[in-house]
Amino acid sequence: MIRQKMIGQETTSENAGRGIQRRDFLKVTVAASGGLLIGFHFFGVTQLASAQPPLGSSFMPNAFVRIGTDENITVIVNHSEMGQGVYTSLPMLLADELDADWSKIGYEPAPVDPKYNHPVFGVQMTGGSSSVYSGLQQFRQAGAAARALLIAAAAQQWNVDAATCRTESGAVFNGTRKLTYGQLVGAAAKLAPPANVQLKDPKDFKLIGKPLKRLDTSVKINGTAEFGIDVKLPGMLTAVIARPPIFGASVKNFDDTRARSMPGVRKIIAIPAGVAVIADTFWQAKVARDALRVEWDEGKMANFNTSTMMQDFRERAKTPGPGVRKDGDADSALASAAKKIDAVYEVPYLSHLMMEPLNCVVDLRADSCEVWTGSQFQTVDRANAARIAGLPTEKVQLHTTFLGGGFGRRANPQSDFVVEATHVAKAAGAPIKVIWTREDDMQGGWYRPAFLHAIEGGIDASGNAVSWRSRLVGQSIMEGTPFAAMMMKGKAYDPASVEGVDDLPYAIPNVTVECHQAEIGVPVQWLRSVGHSHTAFAVECFVDELAALAQKDPYQFRRQLLQKQPRYLGVLDLAAQKAGWGKPLPKGMGRGIAVHFAFESYSAHVAEVSVTDGKVRVHRMVCAIDCGQYVNPGIIAAQTEGGAIFGASAALFQELTFANGRLQQTNFNTFPVMRMNECPEIETHIVESKEKAGGIGEPGVPCAAPAIANAVFAVTGKRIRRLPIRLTEAV
Amino acid sequence: MIGFSVNGKRVDLEVDPSTPLLWVIREQLGLTGTKYGCGVAQCGACTVHINGEAVRSCVAPVSRAAGTSVTTIEGLSPDLSHPLQRAWLEEDVPQCGYCQSGQLMSAAVLLREKPAPSDEDIDEAMTGNICRCGTYPRIRKAIHRAAEMVAKGGAR
Repeated sequence: MIRQKMIGQETTSENAGRGIQRRDFLKVTVAASGGLLIGFHFFGVTQLASAQPPLGSSFMPNAFVRIGTDENITVIVNHSEMGQGVYTSLPMLLADELDADWSKIGYEPAPVDPKYNHPVFGVQMTGGSSSVYSGLQQFRQAGAAARALLIAAAAQQWNVDAATCRTESGAVFNGTRKLTYGQLVGAAAKLAPPANVQLKDPKDFKLIGKPLKRLDTSVKINGTAEFGIDVKLPGMLTAVIARPPIFGASVKNFDDTRARSMPGVRKIIAIPAGVAVIADTFWQAKVARDALRVEWDEGKMANFNTSTMMQDFRERAKTPGPGVRKDGDADSALASAAKKIDAVYEVPYLSHLMMEPLNCVVDLRADSCEVWTGSQFQTVDRANAARIAGLPTEKVQLHTTFLGGGFGRRANPQSDFVVEATHVAKAAGAPIKVIWTREDDMQGGWYRPAFLHAIEGGIDASGNAVSWRSRLVGQSIMEGTPFAAMMMKGKAYDPASVEGVDDLPYAIPNVTVECHQAEIGVPVQWLRSVGHSHTAFAVECFVDELAALAQKDPYQFRRQLLQKQPRYLGVLDLAAQKAGWGKPLPKGMGRGIAVHFAFESYSAHVAEVSVTDGKVRVHRMVCAIDCGQYVNPGIIAAQTEGGAIFGASAALFQELTFANGRLQQTNFNTFPVMRMNECPEIETHIVESKEKAGGIGEPGVPCAAPAIANAVFAVTGKRIRRLPIRLTEAV
Repeated sequence: MIGFSVNGKRVDLEVDPSTPLLWVIREQLGLTGTKYGCGVAQCGACTVHINGEAVRSCVAPVSRAAGTSVTTIEGLSPDLSHPLQRAWLEEDVPQCGYCQSGQLMSAAVLLREKPAPSDEDIDEAMTGNICRCGTYPRIRKAIHRAAEMVAKGGAR
């Protein structure tokens, strides 16, 4: 599985800062999870012995590739495949350097092992849109090292100088002589790996940069792809859990008289997460779970309401908060501005809502434990399973399946879905699969936090922006986790709350960013594009408001303020040009534009919308993306399309609300996702670039909401300051 | 005992007749290509055919299948040769892939009933199938492409 992200341009100090924060976080994660491997993984060419096929039928030149005598080449992928295409793009990197025959390339998820740790983050995981950029050198070097061994083996056999050999399409050549990689397996396995290898000059790439088809499509269209929910073990039982209806509530007592007598029910047990019903099949467990009568100690959140919370946020935003960034003196510049404007933007809690609800299979034995799940956080999940199982970490094997969507939810700092399944397994006496119903999944917490973002800005008499003050209020993702102290380093705010506004790129001389941290008992977590999912909305809508104040075109206004930001300007111009910015649209339609930097990539969207009876219809989205040097433009387009739809779904439809501590949404009917009939035409245009590679899994999301909101303004004259868009409430 | 055929094979099962067909297919018959997404006929991930009609198996009791012919994704073709599967490969449609079985099963009924579907036909037939990854634009293209294949005298 993949997520791309990258090490930014060295010239951009914000990028470096962001990278370090994440790195720190992962180091902490590791420490908090029981002293696993800390630090960076450096590529080393070592002989690897993991679960291997019969002796002699293949060899592994290093941890990332296995070559078979049958010519098949398997790339071992250390990132989880959750849709973003890592099972294709990472093998492309290796196969290109190996000069392999692409038709012989397969993939396999890596076992959990320090050698598969994320080279930047230091644990095995998938996130931060980082898989491709972080794996770029690693997979290329692995391919080049394997190629060098195969050449050495052939040269030895022919008794020629290795330098006189060449490779092409899965074979070594010397003059007219040819040995295939499969034929060289035995000889190559006896050689010592090379100390240094030469990587290709990018002009010699045969695969990298091409829109190759994904390798995992066949299994996803004939029903054979195995997701966590599909895992089946002999004698396995299924559990469904009654979890508290309110965060922080706990079981006071429960009556399982009726449930116990229901068909197929094997055991009903209290675990820390709630009450688990274990049965022969899912449906039996689910029906019996629903028949439980549980009395809850409702706890401190019993009176929690999101409407009151937002009112509190509004009050807090009136007072200065802990400082995040201060350039010049925003307050004085505001006071002396020719014209000023203020706006308060609000976004709700959001659910990740992966199509595959959470699930986890655990086979716990006296001295071993095997876990199967769609994990984005293998090192942490394995350590947490070991802790609950009471086993040393090395006795726990975690098998990564396909993920039916991840979006961050399957990288839970507490491994919630793995921990509770391990608890159930301890009591079950049989292999166990815990399945969350859709309602369980939606109500189970770990949401994108709700945020309020108040902005004040001013322009001078010539219409130049002179002042910007952002003040955010919202929950920290890190606070309350074991990693808060290290991640936040004594700061009074969470960097993940303000990413995307702390690096405001516009040439405004006076900028202040402040962030109030709200302490609320709703578990929150990273959701696709994290802080950028809300900062881009507020920032890019407010830039539009400033442009209107200055009576300037929103695109030209941005251009003027981005003159020293060539990569922002590049995507902005590309999107505007491809969208035909400024050209007339049919009556009743309007365009909006937005530009943003996130996960080491630059993105701009132009949305075309119409509004009928208060209902927004997005007709077209033109997306420009600059993710530096790229690997697979087909996958980049797919991720950008998907990101735009993900962002548009949130902008148009999605909101989680609480009343008396209880979540009001339960399923797709109350928390809608964009559907086929609502989906716009989407175009993706990729900037040709020699810059370092950036991420692609998340950067398509942030611009969608502000581009749509700004387009709604163009049509209706109403400013959208709250998501999801409800035109009756618009300003 | 409830009897029906699945992908051309006769099955007879001892099962509570109120159990949703989805879970019988997945757990009793071991055909896990059909997916659970919502349990309330909102997302379409569980779509199968009963006597050729698209049915949300998460809300259809297994009793409804009695005496019928059920087709799941595993029965769409034995070898990825269905025009929709070929088009899905050409357009590189799936991302995470979890919803794709249901998407294909809904599209298969559409294509049979309307061999040259318009965009409006696609909207109508496919709006019950949610894709969280956002593969809709590619699904639309792939359905059109499959229709072209059929028109040019491809299979089915």
